[in-house]
Amino acid sequence: MRFFPMPFHSLMLFVVWLLLNNSVSAGQMVLATFFAITIPWLVKDMRDEHPKIRRPFLAIRYILMVMKDIVVANVEVALLIVGPIKKLQPGFVAIPINMTSDLGITVLASTVSLTPGTVSAEVSKDKTWLYIHALHLDDEKALINEIKTRYEAPIKEIFGC
Amino acid sequence: MLIWTITIVAVCICIALILNLWRLIQGPSVSDRILALDTMYINTIALILLYGMYMGSALYFEAALLIAMLGFVSTAALSKYLLRGDIIE
Amino acid sequence: MPLFLEIIVCVLLLIGGLFLLVGSYGLARLPDIYMRLHSPTKASTLGITGVLIASMILQSYLQDFVSIKELLITLFLLITAPVAANMIAKTAIHHEIKPLNKTRGKALVDSMRNRDNPPK
Repeated sequence: MRFFPMPFHSLMLFVVWLLLNNSVSAGQMVLATFFAITIPWLVKDMRDEHPKIRRPFLAIRYILMVMKDIVVANVEVALLIVGPIKKLQPGFVAIPINMTSDLGITVLASTVSLTPGTVSAEVSKDKTWLYIHALHLDDEKALINEIKTRYEAPIKEIFGC
Repeated sequence: MLIWTITIVAVCICIALILNLWRLIQGPSVSDRILALDTMYINTIALILLYGMYMGSALYFEAALLIAMLGFVSTAALSKYLLRGDIIE
Repeated sequence: MPLFLEIIVCVLLLIGGLFLLVGSYGLARLPDIYMRLHSPTKASTLGITGVLIASMILQSYLQDFVSIKELLITLFLLITAPVAANMIAKTAIHHEIKPLNKTRGKALVDSMRNRDNPPK
């Protein structure tokens, strides 16, 4: 671990460098390895502590589920946009969250922004409430329940926080 | 068939850009204008990629990547600047 | 170019262009800033993903090399779009822009601005 203080980031740097150059020739491999070792070594003191991913398989399943939801939600939102505006019932909702890590809250807020017709707007100071804006709000309770069970519970399990 | 599709999609994106420009001019608040710029750069990425496909060249990808990065950074910087104008950071 | 590949590229391009157009149409059409935020963050992201995947397939065919660097832009946009939307929403809230009258939960806007807990 002395050469790779951030193994995941090293792997990502290596892959992204090869992708950007679109080649797997020996010279590019050497250069990519060089970057994968030196850049994490230079920046390892600058980063904050984040919780580790405890359940990698659950994380992959979560990503696939979110991708499917993005497509479904996009079609729904597109239909809402093209449909009659007068029938839309926008609304603000406060969702109680109980997560301790910043990374978990960020992932949850980003997921909420990308998926079910909602945009996350603000987090309260003590990080216990997430404020969101919904484009079409039928049932407040159902929306809160859906976000808590469908998105928050897996994130808590993945990061173990 | 491919050339025709590219032309049709390019027309769609140009109409989208005109709608963004209308929102950029119309306003009414600064946030609307930032949002319009943000959408404009996404549409521009699509237009550049389409041109690259039309010419059959991969060179335009780098331009698209640069626009994506600069667009996000400028949106974040503009929002941050406007937020700092308030007492609450 | 084989016909089936051409059809796949054309369909992806058309879907992408349609979603980009719908996103911008919503931006011009919806009545207040909080509602306008929805259309570019969602519809435009899916639209650009469609165009990028089409470009990926076409360039891979043209260069006889699997060109997956377009995925970099897709990933970058998927990560940054919610962040940009969140910052614009914050700006709108801190500038005290009034939401539409029929919006539910308008009382929350004040506590949002001060980042307090919602009123009971």
